[in-house]
This record gives sequence, structure tokens and C-alpha cells, in this order.
Amino acid sequence: MGALLFGCLYFALPLIGMAEFSLKMRRGVYSFDAYRKVFEDPTFWATFGYSLSLAAATIVVGVFLVVPTAYWVRLRLPQARPYVEFITLLPLVIPAIVVVFGYIRLYNTSSFLPLTGTAMGTNFLLTMGYTTLALPYMYRSVDTGLRTIDVATLTEAAQTLGAGWVTILARIILPNVTVAVLSGAFLTLAIVMGEFTMAALLNRPAFGPYMQLLGANRAYEPPALAVIAFAITWGCMGLMQLVSRLAEHERAKA
Amino acid sequence: MARHRTRLGQHPAFNWLGLLPFAIFAILFMILPTLKIVVGAFQSQDGAFTLQNMLDLNTESIRNAYWTSIKLSVITALLGGAVGFAMAAAVVFGGLPKRVRNPLLTFSGVASNFAGVPLAFAFIATLGPVGLITIWLKTNFGINLRAMGFNLLSFWGLVITYLFFQIPLMILIITPALDGLKKEWREAASVLGATGAQYWRMVALPILFPSLLGTFALLFANAFGAVATAFALTGPQLNIVPIKLFAQIRGDVLGNPNLGYALAFGMILITAAANTLYIWLRIRSERWLK
Repeated sequence: MGALLFGCLYFALPLIGMAEFSLKMRRGVYSFDAYRKVFEDPTFWATFGYSLSLAAATIVVGVFLVVPTAYWVRLRLPQARPYVEFITLLPLVIPAIVVVFGYIRLYNTSSFLPLTGTAMGTNFLLTMGYTTLALPYMYRSVDTGLRTIDVATLTEAAQTLGAGWVTILARIILPNVTVAVLSGAFLTLAIVMGEFTMAALLNRPAFGPYMQLLGANRAYEPPALAVIAFAITWGCMGLMQLVSRLAEHERAKA
Repeated sequence: MARHRTRLGQHPAFNWLGLLPFAIFAILFMILPTLKIVVGAFQSQDGAFTLQNMLDLNTESIRNAYWTSIKLSVITALLGGAVGFAMAAAVVFGGLPKRVRNPLLTFSGVASNFAGVPLAFAFIATLGPVGLITIWLKTNFGINLRAMGFNLLSFWGLVITYLFFQIPLMILIITPALDGLKKEWREAASVLGATGAQYWRMVALPILFPSLLGTFALLFANAFGAVATAFALTGPQLNIVPIKLFAQIRGDVLGNPNLGYALAFGMILITAAANTLYIWLRIRSERWLK
């Protein structure tokens, strides 16, 4: 019980601290000045929008990569499961900073695939990097989702009715794992919005490096940003829970 | 046409073809970049095989960086593990209602993901030179943290900050393991005359041991690879491995690109060892906790 109280205090104080500090920009009274300053900064919106679109791209790539693969492993290649699972866990083993270091050296302007030479190429590379970061969670989530449906029977039924692979994936499998995909997507969103290392080293104008830069130069805006970032993380996790709870509800009704 | 497709669809090689997109992605964006680092660590500037980079790691500055990083990771993993375990145990065995348990787990999910730059800001606003607690202690009790030698932008400052994502991660991983301890085991032990302490020492802890050690390894790797929190808190000057590597990638501060590869290779070795331990132990512990 004591541990619990101590823990609550330890977790509450920094959150209270940042919230309080973010309101102190105007001398003597609490005000939302720091937030106003943040929201008036065009760079805030530019970097925020940039990270948001990268998150969207990462989710799309992740879904296209993970759903067919996890489906195929369950349907046709159960013997490949250990290998695929091992690869999806690799991003936990190799630190992100090492992966991005490899990208910079492997895809520089003088290499066989000079991705870092153009802004679009670097955006693509960053999206791939984020996809690897999200891969362990996305794969696990989708694979667990597939466990609850009878993949083989559904596939056979669809094939009997003349459906091709694309139809089966898009109209049979995907709708059945929507909850898993959504919860993977929200986690991806939370990861990408705050990510710093990869974006900073690839020199892209993302939200994480923007926050870091502001932190080095300002006093009151950083805690305001921290409150915003905390709200985003909380929102993503809340949505994750909401979707899975809704799904349970649906299942209970059915 | 249709016949042709069925025949193709049944050929064994076609099965493996289904993994092609995933394989290409994994090779291009995980395996090749990592290999590039590993190979580079054993090459001289002109591409010949050498062990010189490994030997060059043995300078005082790099040795200190590894030592500080390892110390930081071990201490935050131990403290985070202990506090997280105590909190999880309080929730699982303390007979707390679901009203407390679910929010705690949700909060743990949030807090374990609330790492990096914003986390550093939160701690600066709380324990920094003009932070909430610092000022509160000074005005109400005349305690000057700074004069007492406390500095958030130091090793122990980092420890306190890292615990904010280490403790919740421990709670998230260990709660299912604690749930898996069957009531019957405890009853059986007490029927045989065991005290509470004996039950923990001789039944519960041996069963939990692989989970505990495995989670420790995961927490260790989690802290060892973290860049953003430390960077936002202390800037580029703190001498830990990820920060050093960050500076090396940005501006070749070591003055030797291949030494940079060797630095990264050392990081891979350490996190890979920790994670292999974690994965192996998790497989072992899943045998009991079904």
C-alpha cells in the first residue's frame, strides 16, 4: 500500500509540475499565455502536421506490410512463424539510433539507393524507420486478432465464391481484424508524434526535434508542449482502450 | 487461366513468395543497415578487415561512457523493477477493486510511452532550478536542493527521470505474471504448514524468477538505448553511449567514422544480450504461467 502511495506521488508531481509551470508565463497570475505563444508559432503547426502525416504514412505502410504477412503465416506457412516473429522483435533488440545510423550510411548520396539525397527520399526513409519502430506492436496486435477468427475456413469459403487474394484480404480478413489494426495504429501514432532521434538525425522538420529545439531556447513554452504531448499520448491510449472495449461489447452481443 | 492460377497457388515455392514484401522490407530497412554497422566496425578507413576499431574503443572517454550507461541502465532497471513490482503486488494481492486496477494499468501504458523530450520538460518544470518542488522546498522549508548538491542535469537526475517510464513498464509486464500465480498454490502451501514468507521464498519467487530476471533485462535495454530523454535533459555534453553516438553521427566527434561503427556495434552487443535473455526467459516462464 505504501508503495502505491509513493508511486502515485512520484507520477503525479512531474505532471502537476509541468502543468503549473506552463501556466506561469505572465508574472504573478496563471494564464494560458505559453499555450497562446505555442499555437501562434507557425513552426508548431508545420512540424505537428508533418509528424501527423508521417504517422498516417507509417500506419498505412504498417497495415499493408503486417496484415498480409501475418495472414499468410497463419494460413500457409506456420513453419515460418518463429522467423517472422523474431524479425518483428528485432527493433526492440537494435536501438533506433543504430538503425538510423545504418540508414544514413547505407542510403547516402553515393550509394546504390541514394534516398537521403532528396527530401522525399528522406521522408520515405523516415517512414520506413517508424514502421520498424511500430512493427513489434503492430504485428503482435494483428496476429492476436487473427487468432480469434478461423482464417482457413474464411479463405476457403471466399475462394469457393470466386474471390481472389486481394478481395480476401481487403474484404474478409481486414474487416475481421479492424480492432487489432486500430489499436496498433493508435500506438503507432503515439510513438511517431513524440519521436526525436530518427527525425533529428535524418534532419527532418518533425515535432520531436521542434520540441527539443524550443526546450533549449525557451522557458515557458516547453512545459506547455509537454502538456500537449502528454494529452496526445493519453488520447491515443484512451482510444486504444475504447476500441477494444467496444469490440468486446459487440462480441458479447453477438 | 483459372487453372493456371490454382496450380501456381499450390506450388510450395508460391507459399514462400507470399512473404516476399515483408522479407524485402526487413532486409532493406532492418538487416542491411545493421550489417552495415557491424561490418564497418571491423573495417579500416580503406575497407580492409581490422580489429583496430575495437581496440580504439578502449579510451578513457569511451570506457567512461559505456560504464556510465551500464550503471544508469542497471540502477534504473533495479529501482524501476522493485518499485513497479511492489506497486503491481499491491494491486494484485492488496484486494483493490477494479476501479483502482484498470486506471493504474491504463496510466502505466501512457507513462511508459511518455518518454523522450516532453518527459524531460516535465522534470525540468518540477525539479529543475526553478521547478515546482525546488521552489516549494526553498520557500516553505528553506531547503536549497542545489546547495545540497542535487542537480537534475546529472546522473541521479537522469535516474529519477528514467524511472518515470521504467516503473510503468515493469507494472505492465509483471502484472499478468502475478495474476498467473494460482490461488491453489498458496492454499496448498499453507495446508502443508508454510508461512507467508515461506510461500514467497519457496513457491512464488522461484516461479516468478524467470519473469523477474527477464523483465529486468528488458528494462535494462530500454534505458540503455534511450536517447531523447537524456538529450533533452542535459544536451549533448553528458557522457553516455547513446548521446556520444548521436554526436558522432551528427559531426564525427571521434574523428574516425569506423570508430563510430564500433561504438554502435558495442551498443548492439549489449542490448542484444539483454533482449536475448529476456526473450529466452519469457519463453521459460510461459510454461508455468498459463
